Amino acid sequence: MGEWWTAVPTETSMGSYEISSISHVTMSPSRQNNLMSMYSSAGLSKSSYSVISAFCTEDNIPQCISYISQELASLGLSSTCIKASSPGGAGLDTVPALNAMYELLQIHRRNMCTLEELEKEQLKKSNTLEQMQMSNSRLKDQLELSIREKSGLHETERQLHLKIKTLQSCLKTEKDEVQKLQSIIASRASQYSHDAKRKEREAAKLKERLSQLLVERRDKKLAIDVLNSLGRSDGKRSHWKTTKVTASHEDEMYKSLLSDYEERQRALMLENTELKKVLQQMKKEMIHILSPCQPSTRGATAEDSQADSDGEEKAGDSSREMLDQSCEHAREQLTNSIRQQWRKLRSHVEKLDNQASQVQNEMESNNEVIPKEIHEDEMEKMRCEVQQCKEFIHTQQLLLQQQLNTSFDDETAALLNDCYTLEEKERLKEEWKLFEEQKRNFERERKNFTEAAIRLGREKKAFEEDCASWLKNQFLNMTPFTDRRSCSSSDGQSALSIRSEPEMRMSSTKAQLAKSLTYATVSTPKPTQSASVPSTAELYRTLRLMPDSRYYLVT
Amino acid sequence: MNFSELFKQSNQLCKVSPDGKYLATCVQYRLVIRDVSTLQILQLYTCLDQITHMEWASDSLFILCAMYKRGLVQVWSLEQPDWHCKIDEGSIGLVSSRWSPDGRHILNTTEFHLRITVWSLCTKAVSYIKYPKACQKGTDFSRDGCYMALAERRDCKDYVSVFVCDDWHLLRHFETETQDLAGLEWSPNGCVLAVWDSCLEYKVLLYSLDGRLLSTYSAYEWSLGVKSVTWSPSSQFLAIGSYDEKVRILNHITWKKIAQFDHPATINNAKAVVYKEVERRTAVGSDDLSLHNITIGTTLFNTQSKYEICPLPVQIPVVKPDPDRANPKIGVSTLAFSSDSRYLATKNDNMASVVWIWDMQKMNLEAVLEQTSAVRCFQWDPRRPRLALCTANTKLYLWSPAGCVSVQVPTEGGFQVQSLSWHGSGDSLILLGKEQLCLCFMDTDQEDKAHLQSQDGKQTESQEMDPVSTSEHHPPCTSKRP
Repeated sequence: MGEWWTAVPTETSMGSYEISSISHVTMSPSRQNNLMSMYSSAGLSKSSYSVISAFCTEDNIPQCISYISQELASLGLSSTCIKASSPGGAGLDTVPALNAMYELLQIHRRNMCTLEELEKEQLKKSNTLEQMQMSNSRLKDQLELSIREKSGLHETERQLHLKIKTLQSCLKTEKDEVQKLQSIIASRASQYSHDAKRKEREAAKLKERLSQLLVERRDKKLAIDVLNSLGRSDGKRSHWKTTKVTASHEDEMYKSLLSDYEERQRALMLENTELKKVLQQMKKEMIHILSPCQPSTRGATAEDSQADSDGEEKAGDSSREMLDQSCEHAREQLTNSIRQQWRKLRSHVEKLDNQASQVQNEMESNNEVIPKEIHEDEMEKMRCEVQQCKEFIHTQQLLLQQQLNTSFDDETAALLNDCYTLEEKERLKEEWKLFEEQKRNFERERKNFTEAAIRLGREKKAFEEDCASWLKNQFLNMTPFTDRRSCSSSDGQSALSIRSEPEMRMSSTKAQLAKSLTYATVSTPKPTQSASVPSTAELYRTLRLMPDSRYYLVT
Repeated sequence: MNFSELFKQSNQLCKVSPDGKYLATCVQYRLVIRDVSTLQILQLYTCLDQITHMEWASDSLFILCAMYKRGLVQVWSLEQPDWHCKIDEGSIGLVSSRWSPDGRHILNTTEFHLRITVWSLCTKAVSYIKYPKACQKGTDFSRDGCYMALAERRDCKDYVSVFVCDDWHLLRHFETETQDLAGLEWSPNGCVLAVWDSCLEYKVLLYSLDGRLLSTYSAYEWSLGVKSVTWSPSSQFLAIGSYDEKVRILNHITWKKIAQFDHPATINNAKAVVYKEVERRTAVGSDDLSLHNITIGTTLFNTQSKYEICPLPVQIPVVKPDPDRANPKIGVSTLAFSSDSRYLATKNDNMASVVWIWDMQKMNLEAVLEQTSAVRCFQWDPRRPRLALCTANTKLYLWSPAGCVSVQVPTEGGFQVQSLSWHGSGDSLILLGKEQLCLCFMDTDQEDKAHLQSQDGKQTESQEMDPVSTSEHHPPCTSKRP
């Protein structure tokens, strides 16, 4: 890969060289000229020493001139530039000749330049060529190497293929062998079982034969020798084998089986009832747990649930009663109700879970609100405080030590005293605070008390007045001057006493007025007015004939 | 805890009568009957040959002694020492002999499982049951003694016959869907019969008493299957131990798996308490190294051991079984429910020194006992949730929910506990060595202890246990056993 990468840029550079050279070639305006000049220059350089002298002699100046002018013309220079200064003379017109020479020189220089460039280019090209050759050889090497590798890989692949083939054949043979072995095993097993059966049959036959022989031989040794026969262990006599006996055996067997089943059923029933009890209890507890959990705002729903749970309970009770009658039905009911309750409980628990998670989230968010810096600052502060406290304690200890070690000197004593006083002061301050608080409490209580006393006084006063008026009324009623009094009293807007019918009617309106007055003056009672004009209502109240609305209001 | 002196026994034949009053032991061709409480010899019977099997009748009145080599069975009566009964199976041979539940019939299985001969002691009648299958557990009586289930093999097919034990009437006869039936067992309530296939196929079938197939359970295929099956005493669970080192618990209603107990090599279960037996040699002073000490017993060479609670996780020693050998030592071979069905004890064969105790209420691992040597035998107390185990050394180990204890059996002569069995009351334990036996009297409470000590007057030979060798550990959470 590396080689590949390195090879690429050299190629591209080569391309660019080529392109540049081509462009140079095509773009040059006077290629032919250049070539010609090259040749000419080459010719010039060759014959610079000998031929020039031979080229122009005194004799052939005009020919030379014409020749040169021709040449120049052929070179594209102005043909008229070089002329003989005089026709047929040997002189040369200098200006055009110099111009021509200059131009020739220019051309020559230019050609030299191009030559140089070309040489450079050639060098470069040769260099690139060399490079390319090198890269080529390298690439060739690489190619060779890769080819070799490829062949090697091919070889290994071939080998692997071979191996696979052999392994596959092995597998096949193994499989065959396994199959063979399996079949062998199967055949052996069948053979074995067959043999075993045969042997067993033979053994059985032999046994049969043996027992037959033994029976036939009437083995004398085969005997029982009992001193005297025993009674049965149950004391009964043995029975004859009859169908009745066999039937009784069957009966016995079925009886024992039945009793076993019955016992098992009883046990299961017991377990069942136990489980049912547990279920019932669970249900009750569920109801108990669920019902108070309903928020009071949703009283209706709670009641509903209560109601239906009651219903369920009834159903459960009835189910217990019906246990014997219709087990299926009862069970269904019970399980249904339990399931319902369970669903409720689950939803409730889920709700609680949600709430808990919310609370937790909130807590977490709160925790997040507290930035770390503040926390650290706080910690730092606390640490500082702790340090200070420690130092303080340390100094205190030191002081104490000093105090203990050395006898009191005035300064330390003063310092200590200061300390003590400070402490005392603190304590006193606290006590003072406490005291203040207590004082405030007392004040409040006193206020309450005085208010109550005032109220009591007022009430007492009112009561006394009522009493007085009542007594007065009584007294007046007893006196023979009732009528006169009443007449006179009507002037004075007195609402007391028992009056005649019209008066009653009138006074009742008054009383109502007074009543309304009393109602209005509840907050600021005017004992003087009420004393002077006690209403019937008040009278009734004092006589406990009417509910005391005022008290209700005041208290 | 008190220990009796050592008594002789042979073939590990030593059984307590079902009523718990007597202890029968066989010594060569003698049968010795002792009183359990006093250990005094009550009766001594002499059989015709060395006894190979001995069994109490259900009413504790008779004992049968079988001499398989001779094809002989002798029955002895406890009430009438003069009474005798001899059953001769003759040339047909005898491989197994057992009582029927009523204690009046004897079932003899002949050689090659030709037939089962049922001998009646009442009528001297004999009846035959043909085609019994030779398998792990071919016969089982229901707990109430009413029915007997018998595995049969006819015409290369498995059958189960259900007999009424009362008169040996064939109640039901049905073919089972097994390749090679390995065993059958009644549920304790006698209504369900569990039938399982041989280890080549994981298959457990549940039949009703009337022969209906209730359910079929298979956990996996193409691997060695069921190794052991046990019912819980409540008939509620069926525990199936298998070669994949797991126990699966089936329930009695749907007969589906309700729990699965793995036996991992690394215990991470935080709920389980791992007790590890730690042995420690007794430091013996040079002055104790006298000839006297060496001669009087092996106490010098005995190591003391105690349990330590291991912090989790615990790595359990696992022995890789040889895959080329039949019946590989892997998988759950022993299962035992406690009497209250609360706990299940299991043993995985490639972790021979470990007993696992599972809580059946919580359905998880309760405790793990890691012993220093392979566990030989374990048995639950028939009354309490208490497990006794032995590992063929001089110690007895007990586990209860309250803790774990290792007790040195204070006997001389290198008595090694090979096997043990509880007395029906749960008050004593019979420890069986190779040719000796020893009784261990439990006293869990102080009152019991006082009571027992008052009885010690009679038990002249009982020895007080060495207090140093006992060390009890309580797990942190459990309360003390009442």
